[in-house]
Amino acid sequence: MASALELARQLREAFPEQIAAPTEFRGEVTLVVLDPEKVPDVCRHAKETLGFDMLLDLSSVDNYGDDPRWLVVYELLGLAHGQHLRLKTAVSEEKSGLPTVSAIWRTADWHEREVFDMMGIRFSGHPDLRRILMWDGYPYHPLRKDFPLAGKETSLPEVAFTRQAPLEGGPFVTVASTAESIAREPRARNPQE
Amino acid sequence: METTALTPSTRLQTEFGYNSKIEGEVVHTQLDSALNWFRKNSLWPMPMGLACCAIELMAAGASRFDISRFGSEVMRFSPRQSDVMIVAGTVTYKMALAVRRIYEQMAEPKWVIAMGACASTGGMYRSYAVLQGVDNIVPVDVYVAGCPPRPEALLDALIKLQEKVGREPITKTLKRDVAPLKYGRLGLEISATSIEETRKNKA
Repeated sequence: MASALELARQLREAFPEQIAAPTEFRGEVTLVVLDPEKVPDVCRHAKETLGFDMLLDLSSVDNYGDDPRWLVVYELLGLAHGQHLRLKTAVSEEKSGLPTVSAIWRTADWHEREVFDMMGIRFSGHPDLRRILMWDGYPYHPLRKDFPLAGKETSLPEVAFTRQAPLEGGPFVTVASTAESIAREPRARNPQE
Repeated sequence: METTALTPSTRLQTEFGYNSKIEGEVVHTQLDSALNWFRKNSLWPMPMGLACCAIELMAAGASRFDISRFGSEVMRFSPRQSDVMIVAGTVTYKMALAVRRIYEQMAEPKWVIAMGACASTGGMYRSYAVLQGVDNIVPVDVYVAGCPPRPEALLDALIKLQEKVGREPITKTLKRDVAPLKYGRLGLEISATSIEETRKNKA
């Protein structure tokens, strides 16, 4: 039975121009797809030829300040061979979009809606790209790094409103030490400390 | 007329006689106290269970803690039939206006218990998504500390609310709030039409 690394190599052989060499860290194999537009092709091949029939998770990372800003992560699992494979692809901020994989794994439908809601990355070809956690009409994408933790004030009459949360000097930083909890977990800490 | 010994049965038939049966069961009181006594011992809750506090609310309703000892076992899932809304859990902004609408659908008189840290203040969720205390949108009568509070704490809140209901001078006002009431740190208006106003409109 093929290992995850072996399957990753097979996937790379099918798309030699599109996939960087697989990396292994603590037994988990990661492939980087260079062109996000090719993600559905790679995923379809991984599912239909290599047996990765389950999408465990689809998530995104905001590398704020870097270019490209977004990193979209796919966690693949083959139920028959039990191997796990991670695909990553970088998406630029000006594009902030890539093709959907919801036609390949139906579970990607809601995962992509969540990524769209929280990060603002659009998935072209998605059958129903609406917000899934916040309400329709909420103007921000709250998991972006440039969105304040306290939130922003919004108002959508008859639907919902938001206010800034009082952080009272937070967010609070816990310092690992043997000191008493009042020193380890202060109610508020100055940023320069 | 021959005098005979008055037996209890003949006493009942005399118009001037002292009727111990009736007199013994009459309690003199004030209308306020009587009405409040009726009210406070059958506060029907509207279980607004939004998070883990609702599990403790269910425990309070179950046999071990038995909220029916205090007359509040009739959990009504219709706001039209409830007296006290128990907000048990985290109120998100997405849910906030729905909570307020349900509160407004409840018939007067009505009360609110904010159960747990989240309903009282937002709790640990200093966040873009969570309302920082349900008292921003509805008037709260009793706050319960805890994350989540034990069922005893909720029962204590219910007893405190009963004491509060028992003190209300209802015959003087015949209404709970003088309408419309500016309420909450957000200054959201909560309309409470008084009985007097309703009467005026009808006349």
